[in-house]
Amino acid sequence: MKSYEEINRKIESKKAVVLTAEEIIDYVDKKGLDKAAEEVDVVTTASFGPMCSSGCFLNFGHSKPKIRMTEAWIQDVGAYTGIAAVDVYLGATQLRHNDPANMSYPGDFAYGGGHVIEDLIAGKELQLFALSYGTDEYPLREIRSYFTINDLNQAIMVNPRNCYQNYNVAINCSDKPIYTYLGLLKPNMKNLTYCSAGQLSPLLNDPFYTTIGVGTRVWLAGAQGHVYAEGTQHAPSSQRNDLGVPMEGAGTLALTGDMKKMNPRFVRGLSLKGYGVSLSIGVGIPIPILNKEILKQTTIRDQDIFAPVIDYSHDYPQKTGKVLCHVNYSDLKKGEVDILGKQVAVSSLSSYYTAREIAELLKDEIKRGEFTVTQPISYLPREQSFKSLNIREKQNGH
Amino acid sequence: MVTKKFMLYFPKSETEKPIIYHLVKDYNLIINIFRAKITPEEEGFLVIDVTGEQENIDKAMVFLSGFDVQINTRKKGLIYDSTKCTHCGNCLSHCPTQALFIENHQTMEVIFRENLCIECLACVKNCPYNACSSLF
Ligand code: SF4
Ligand code: SF4
Repeated sequence: MKSYEEINRKIESKKAVVLTAEEIIDYVDKKGLDKAAEEVDVVTTASFGPMCSSGCFLNFGHSKPKIRMTEAWIQDVGAYTGIAAVDVYLGATQLRHNDPANMSYPGDFAYGGGHVIEDLIAGKELQLFALSYGTDEYPLREIRSYFTINDLNQAIMVNPRNCYQNYNVAINCSDKPIYTYLGLLKPNMKNLTYCSAGQLSPLLNDPFYTTIGVGTRVWLAGAQGHVYAEGTQHAPSSQRNDLGVPMEGAGTLALTGDMKKMNPRFVRGLSLKGYGVSLSIGVGIPIPILNKEILKQTTIRDQDIFAPVIDYSHDYPQKTGKVLCHVNYSDLKKGEVDILGKQVAVSSLSSYYTAREIAELLKDEIKRGEFTVTQPISYLPREQSFKSLNIREKQNGH
Repeated sequence: MVTKKFMLYFPKSETEKPIIYHLVKDYNLIINIFRAKITPEEEGFLVIDVTGEQENIDKAMVFLSGFDVQINTRKKGLIYDSTKCTHCGNCLSHCPTQALFIENHQTMEVIFRENLCIECLACVKNCPYNACSSLF
């Protein structure tokens, strides 16, 4: 048994024993759980993949004369201005003005909100265009200017739904190709796409949210951010296997961090043909090894984590709830997997390679005493199901 | 017999000439065209595999140099930019020759094996990060 304070004292004196969620597997195999739980202080987890819910709040400061922005575009991508005078919110999936979307199907979606966020963090000069109706104290009605992230007062990233605990494997059982947020799916189950860091993924290493909660400091694209709430669609009451590992999406985290401190390598805009734009973010979360139960959960292996295979041509869009079968991440990572007796080629949208790199970077930061662990200020719900949107008649009112 | 991959660029002045015909007829070469394109500006791009005796290939190169054709043996029509690649693996099930490939299943690094690439451009359409692009 160790406390957060004890672990942080070791981190601060640069003596902490830190392993990645991949390294810990063999380490515990060799040393045994009891010995390893005494020795190891922190296990680092990570993931890198599309986080469609990403966005950011930007504050421009005031021009002379002042403007109360009511419509704004950054690089021709619309930003939300229904907030304070020179604050805007830019979302990752926002399309560029005049993007033909899927009018010429499948659309290319070459540039959008996710790319603006990538360019902003990469320090590029961007164009702001904003309009206003004009008020007595904010008379300016139109502004066009150029800025970089350094010109902004604040650039704060928010991801209301990040780090999905587990995720669907998408396949196409129809006889036509389909374009989805999990890429192009060929007809007749010729390929599939998965999207999880598996054994490195944060919430798969802490399946009951024992150490990861509201207030937990996280590595967000190189900046020190934190968990600010349960993520949207957090639905921990899901089917779980013997080890407690969910067999579907389950938990999520809402994360925030300072974009001025982020590394552009880990913030990348994506274009998904026929679907739209998004943003991939690198996340690392340290798990303090307070006791051997917590350590045991971090030894989860790809072969013990199962994901549901879902037909995105019918069952997903029509919400039938049907799962074709389950596959484990060890088999998925082999590049070809057996689905209902058929060998299917595998694609992925989550980069295990980059997740591994992030787990190493976080490990080094902790070892150098630069990143400490935090006790949550409140815990994530452990029981909660996912509600649906029911289309219904108005029930009350006059 | 050897096989070499070339990318040829024909400026507008040369696109009308039966150059490839002569490679086959006069130098006894087997030409396998991966990809050809004539741009709206009437420039031509051609990516080919040439199989034949080394001596004949050398002679054919001398013949080609008599035209205003740029011969590129190193640069190919498909550009893989490793600095943009996130190693996500989305291209893997779309690449027909496994030119884009994971060799090491521990690191899951995606590598590009240029010699296997047939320039089908499937990765250009399926790389979300624009790491794969076409020169023409
Ligand atoms: S899809 Fe693009 S980014 Fe992903 S592995 Fe292939 S080349 Fe790299
Ligand atoms: S162009 Fe075709 S063969 Fe070449 S790497 Fe891309 S997908 Fe593979």
